[in-house]
Amino acid sequence: MERATVIECRDLTKIYANQTAVDHLNLSIYEGEIFGFLGPNGAGKTTTLLLLLGLSEPTSGTARVLGLDPTRDPIKIKTIVGYLPENVGFYEDMDAVENLLYVSRLNGIPDDEAIPYIEELLTVVELKEDKHKKVGAYSRGMKQRLGIAEVLVKKPKIVFLDEPTMGLDPDGTNRMLDLISSLSREKGITVFFSSHLLDQVQKISDRVGIMLKGKLVACGRIEDLAKEKFGVDQEHYTLEEIYMKYFKEGT
Amino acid sequence: MKGVLVIVRKELADHFSSTRFILLSTMIIMVSVVIAHMVGTGIRDELQGIAKPTFVFLLLFTSPGKFFSLIQFIAFFGPLMGIILGFDAINRERTGRTLSKLVSQPIYRDAIINGKFLAGVIIIILMLLAIILLISGLGLILIGVVPGPDEIGRLTIYFIISIFYISFWLGLSILFSILFRSTATSALASVACWIFFSFFVAIGAGLLADMLVPINENMIMGEPERVITHEKVRSIFTLFSPMTLYSEGTTIILDPLRKTTQTILLMGPMERLSLSRFQNPLALMQSILIVLPHIISLIAITLLFFAFSYLAFLRQEVRST
Repeated sequence: MERATVIECRDLTKIYANQTAVDHLNLSIYEGEIFGFLGPNGAGKTTTLLLLLGLSEPTSGTARVLGLDPTRDPIKIKTIVGYLPENVGFYEDMDAVENLLYVSRLNGIPDDEAIPYIEELLTVVELKEDKHKKVGAYSRGMKQRLGIAEVLVKKPKIVFLDEPTMGLDPDGTNRMLDLISSLSREKGITVFFSSHLLDQVQKISDRVGIMLKGKLVACGRIEDLAKEKFGVDQEHYTLEEIYMKYFKEGT
Repeated sequence: MKGVLVIVRKELADHFSSTRFILLSTMIIMVSVVIAHMVGTGIRDELQGIAKPTFVFLLLFTSPGKFFSLIQFIAFFGPLMGIILGFDAINRERTGRTLSKLVSQPIYRDAIINGKFLAGVIIIILMLLAIILLISGLGLILIGVVPGPDEIGRLTIYFIISIFYISFWLGLSILFSILFRSTATSALASVACWIFFSFFVAIGAGLLADMLVPINENMIMGEPERVITHEKVRSIFTLFSPMTLYSEGTTIILDPLRKTTQTILLMGPMERLSLSRFQNPLALMQSILIVLPHIISLIAITLLFFAFSYLAFLRQEVRST
């Protein structure tokens, strides 16, 4: 099954003051897949996402998102890529619909087209009943789900989700993961997400990448990584075991 | 451009529904009514039974009445208005964690800063317009004099200078809201600048002039040139204060009888003669010419500080953590 490459990084490097955040990253992501991006805090996952969105300029190397260069065409990339930052915030004195409408206007979508679509999205993320509540009164899980709706407002081809499950309770986490996998399965959106919950990542990801200290130390299907690390016929190893092995070797 | 309009619209809605806007408007309405009443009744009483001088309408804005005139009020509290509108423009988005998603929308990053500045300027324009119209209206009722075209022209120019003056402080506070992460720090830094430039520069200028060109009692009669130099040095330093630029500029614009910003004049007999013979008011263009440097400096520093914030914001990393 040959699929088109939507994101491609070649030797992508970002150096802050005196610290290498992303070190010669080579990565390809294929259309429609769910890619789980793993690594300890400060490994350079968020920086990679910012580089791909053109919010930060690479020190060297190149990146292509749907064939576009993020440093040169950030606006075009931002119209087709949705980004949910870690711990996203909302305008707390506005309700859910107003928040989404603001983002939709910033994307240049006319209101009469946006309003029915926002209704639809709020149904998908199960916030229909609370749509006229001020976002300040929302729980953590509701805010994260609203974040997903906000990312979808622009009808993106790719979404970047930075720690979408952080701080959610088990039920909230499961709902979030169901939502993420339905994006890929039903809408054909490419999902690139980072998380610390290894068993959940295993459940929904097609492929995973493990990042340590700015370097991508492993990338591929979980079964393949298990074979590579523990030997042939060792596909039963879980992502958690694989991750810990890489982590111990790396540090 | 589309992005800017969306942001202006949202920022305006935010301003109009905020508590501080309600506080500001209440204060402004109260002050306008007080000024109009205080000055209006003062003028009416003084002009009882004598022929009305020309430009009596402008006295509503320049005459201090019992306490203060509108010019003085705007010079003092206009900066506070600008600061209140701008001190948390960017760092509010940062602490609310909305900035990172705002910059990941397909708009140019400068649209954010332009939109916020523009929304602030619109609020400033509305407030100033409200003050001027309120005072004019109440003044009309109290003194019963209709402004002529020249007076309306002068008021318009005064209005424009005031917009720039307050926008300068708006720009400065937006700059601090970019540089400082905490809203309290940026508010304090803006207020500190306001106090420094509005009050300390005037004192400092006097001290500097004393240091550079020392004068004493005897020189006032003996060496008038030295006194004038002293005064010139002092006024050069006071021009570093936007408040001085503004109050000198607007006083000349609103008072056609005032012919110079200088407080001490060295005059020969012919000059003294001409000054006493020609007591007619200046034409509007002449008044503008006197304070053109003031007006241009004020506009320049406003644009300069806006440009600083622009650059600071464009160069800043957006990491949310």
